[in-house]
Formats: sequence, C-alpha cells, structure tokens
Amino acid sequence: MERRERYSAPILVLELAAALLALLFLTPFYFIIANSFKTLGEILINAASWPTEYNWDNYSKVWKQINFPLVFTNSLLITVFSVAGIVLISTMCAYRLVRRPTAFNNLLFNALVASMIIPFQSIMLQLVRVTSLIELRGHMYGIVACYLGFGLPLSMFLFHGFIKSVPIEIEEAAVVDGSSPYGVFWRIVFPLLSPIIVTVVILNTLWIWNDYLLPVLVIGGNKNLTTIPLGITKFFGQYTKQWNLALPGLAIGIAPVIAFFLFLQKYIVEGITAGSIKG
Amino acid sequence: MKRYSEWLQQTVFVGPGLLFFIVIVFIPFLLGFYYSFTDWNGLDMDKARWTGLHNFELIASDTNFWNSFWFTIKFTVVTVIAANVLAFLLALVLTKPLKTRNILRTIFFLPNVIGGILLGFIWQFIFTKGFSTIGELTNLPFFNLPWLGTPRTGFWGIVIVFVWQTAGYMMVIYIAALAGLPKDLLEAARIDGANYWQLLRSVTVPMIMPAITICLFLTTSNAFKMFDLNLSLTKGGPGTSTQSLAFNVYAEALNNNRYGLGTAKAMLFFIGVSIITITQVWLTKRKEVEA
Repeated sequence: MERRERYSAPILVLELAAALLALLFLTPFYFIIANSFKTLGEILINAASWPTEYNWDNYSKVWKQINFPLVFTNSLLITVFSVAGIVLISTMCAYRLVRRPTAFNNLLFNALVASMIIPFQSIMLQLVRVTSLIELRGHMYGIVACYLGFGLPLSMFLFHGFIKSVPIEIEEAAVVDGSSPYGVFWRIVFPLLSPIIVTVVILNTLWIWNDYLLPVLVIGGNKNLTTIPLGITKFFGQYTKQWNLALPGLAIGIAPVIAFFLFLQKYIVEGITAGSIKG
Repeated sequence: MKRYSEWLQQTVFVGPGLLFFIVIVFIPFLLGFYYSFTDWNGLDMDKARWTGLHNFELIASDTNFWNSFWFTIKFTVVTVIAANVLAFLLALVLTKPLKTRNILRTIFFLPNVIGGILLGFIWQFIFTKGFSTIGELTNLPFFNLPWLGTPRTGFWGIVIVFVWQTAGYMMVIYIAALAGLPKDLLEAARIDGANYWQLLRSVTVPMIMPAITICLFLTTSNAFKMFDLNLSLTKGGPGTSTQSLAFNVYAEALNNNRYGLGTAKAMLFFIGVSIITITQVWLTKRKEVEA
C-alpha cells in the first residue's frame, strides 16, 4: 500500500525554503523589468528600487532602434521553416530506416547517431566556406538549410525510437486496402507520431530561436536577416553603459520566448522529459 | 517495376535528409581534417597551402589555448557537480506534496528557455549594477567584489549563470525519474527499517541511474561547449583569462583570421569533446541497475 505523505511541519519548512530559492531565481528578472523603466540617473543611484515613474519612452526608442518588427519576423520565419522542415525530413528518413534496414540504411543510421557528438564549433569555419560556395550564405533559405542539416540527427533518432514501437500490421492492412507506400506514411504513420512530434518541435524551437553562432556566421553581409539574439547583441554592444536603453532592449528580446513558454509550459516540460529519456 | 518503386521510395524518404546531412555536416567535417594541415585564410580553398604538422606545433606552444583548455576543464567539473546537485535537491523537494510545487517548477525551469546570449547580458547588468547596489544596501562583501572584472570573479560569474540556467532543465529530468520509481520497492525497504538516507543512497539513486547518466551527459557536453555565455558575459576577459575552448577557436579564426590554425584547434576540440563525453557515459552506464 502506498503511504500518502501528509502536509506536515517539515514539508512546510521545505516549501518555504524552496519558495525563497525561487525568489532568488527570479531576482534577475525583477532587476531587468524594474530598471528598464527608469532614467539612467535613477538606475545609477539605486538599481534595486521599483521605478517612481514609468518611462515608456525607453521602450519606444529601443523598439525602433533594434527594428524589432524585422528581427522578430526573421526569428519567427527562420524558426518556423526550420522546425517544419526538420520534422518533415526526419520523420520520412526515420520511417524508411526503421522499415527497410538495408546495409546502407543501417550505416546511415549509425553515421547520423555518431555525428551528434560533433560540436558545432568544430565545423563552423568550413561550413561558412561551403555555404558561400553554394550560395546559401546571406539567404534565409540558407540558414534554414543549415538548421535542417544540424537538426536532422537528434530528431531522426527520436522518431526512429518511436516508429519501432508502431505495429507494422496497421500498415499492412492499409496496403491490402490499396494504399500506396506514400499514402501509408502520410495517412497512417505520420498522425501516429504526434506525441513525439511535439517533443521534436519544442526541442528544436528553443534551440533555433535562441541560437546565436549559426546565424551570425551564415547571414554574411545581409543585415536584413538579423535575428533577435543578433539584434540584441549588436544593440547591447553600442549601449553597454546606457542601461536605460540596453535593459528595455533585453526585456523586449526575452518577452516572446517567455510568453511561448508560459503558454505551452505543459507540453514543453513533457516534451523535454520524453526527449531526454529516449535520447 | 518493383525495383524501381523501391528506389523511388528510398530517394523520396531518405534523399532530402541525406542531402542536407552531407552538405551541412559531413562535407565540412571532412574538410576540417584537410584544413587542419594548411595555412587556410578562410577564403580561397585552393590557395590553402599544405603545411603539415605546423599548426599543431603552433598549438602545442600556444599558452592561450592551453589556458582555455584548463579553464574549460575546471568550468566543466564545477558546473556539472553544482548544476546536478542543485537539480537533484530541487527534484527531491518538488516531488513532495508542496502546495506551490507547480509554480515552483515553472520558476526554476524558466531561465532555461532564454538563450545564453540574452541571459549573459541580463547577468552583466546584475553583476555590474545589481550586485553593487545590493552591496551598498547590505554591506555584504560578496556583493562588493569586482564581479567579472578579475579572472577569478569572471570564472565564478559564468559558473553562477550557467548553473542558474541549467539546473531547471536537469530538475525536470530528475523529477520524471523520481516519479517513475516503483512504490513497492520503496515501501519494502521502509518496512525493512531503512531510514531516509539509506533509502536515498541504496534505492533511489541506483534506481534513477539512467536519468543521472543523461543529466551528466547533457551538462558535461553543454559545459564543455559553452560559448554564448562566454561571449555575452565576459568576452573572454579580462584579457583572455576567461576564454572557453569554443571561444578560443572562434577568436582564432574570426578575430585573428587564421582559419587553418582555427580549424586545427576545432579538430582537437572535437576529439576532446568525444573523449570526455564517451568516458563519462561509459563510467555512469556501468552503475545502472535493474529493479
């Protein structure tokens, strides 16, 4: 019989301790928000107080200088196209590798899994060269193409593990009913993958949205492709000591991903758990 | 006809993935081995002259590189221990029936969704302005240190932010593992008279060993590859005293324009990452048990 733990004094102590630590975890956000509304003078005098009046001015200035609508759209488009592409190519690839374990396909599977250990920094310099040679550098589709290449191995691996547990009898029944191999994949297998697709979407979205190094190397001279991390970095470099501008910039920069997290929290935590246990 | 259909399916299903993998990952990776032995300047591939082991000789006597190496090793050891201990303790507490446990889990996980670049900038403000204000108000010497201004405080500054960012993620994995513990096993040990610590040491920890393997793997490889925080918090400074390996590779190529040398470092970096993560997984895997 399971003994249900009751709410007792030791638990109350734990709860208070955890709550205190949580407040500590949140203080950086407090500092950013509170100071983002102050004038520079106010920040320098006392960075810990809540602002006496709200300078929304700070925000509107920064919004224009970062060109937030542009960088936000870039981040969004790059993330959406890359994640959709990764899901598409890695489900198809994983499906084939599971159902047709030929010598070549097994070799490919092992190569993809082994490649996960290669750190991005080990190939970034050569990647810059390769992407400029084949006209990927400086284009949004080029950045997306890079994410497809780097996102494939882990996503394929997660789908591979999942597809192995899908009973082949369902597919055989569909073939008997006259479905083509492509129809079997699209109408039968793909819908069954939805739980693990959620995981793959979340892991890749957080990674691509926050990534700095790949876009900074592959955007080349095309400043119209600046993403949020790049835009904020450049802005921050220019206004290092002007906190009254740098801080609202940061606040705008982190707002979208925090909103994304708070809305989809349940899926994100479940997705990450599933992703790590399988991986 | 059947053969043709098989070929077509292979191409349609595997082709796109294979193409992107070869162009984006495989070819650059192979090129890396070649460029490591040349004086490549980052531009013309055909003008890269073969220089044999010259790059590796340069690296052997490059004190900056070896300082970065030790910095990264030290950083990895400290953060892996700190992040996992904190995450495990949080998971233990947050699997108890606390009234606020859902919101607490959310808060501890929150820093993780923000990327390293922006987190680093946030903390730059905290360290330089926030800490000094708290220092003035409380007079605690900890807050009056020259944060990020010296090699030592720079190192610990990055450690603090990395742990703050990572602990929540690992906590989520540990919580899932703790929730999956077989209740009857815990109950049996309790009836046999095991106290809390014995239970933790002899039942809980061995049973969640797979989660420990995963968390150690994730933290080790992330800490060893740490770049974003380094760039946005200290830029490797003061001087080059807080340069991580990944940052050193980046700086060699993009600031010094020595791509051949940078590639050679990058290849050594790859070998280092492989050895460390494989050894670590092998060591912890041996400790995994079945109920």
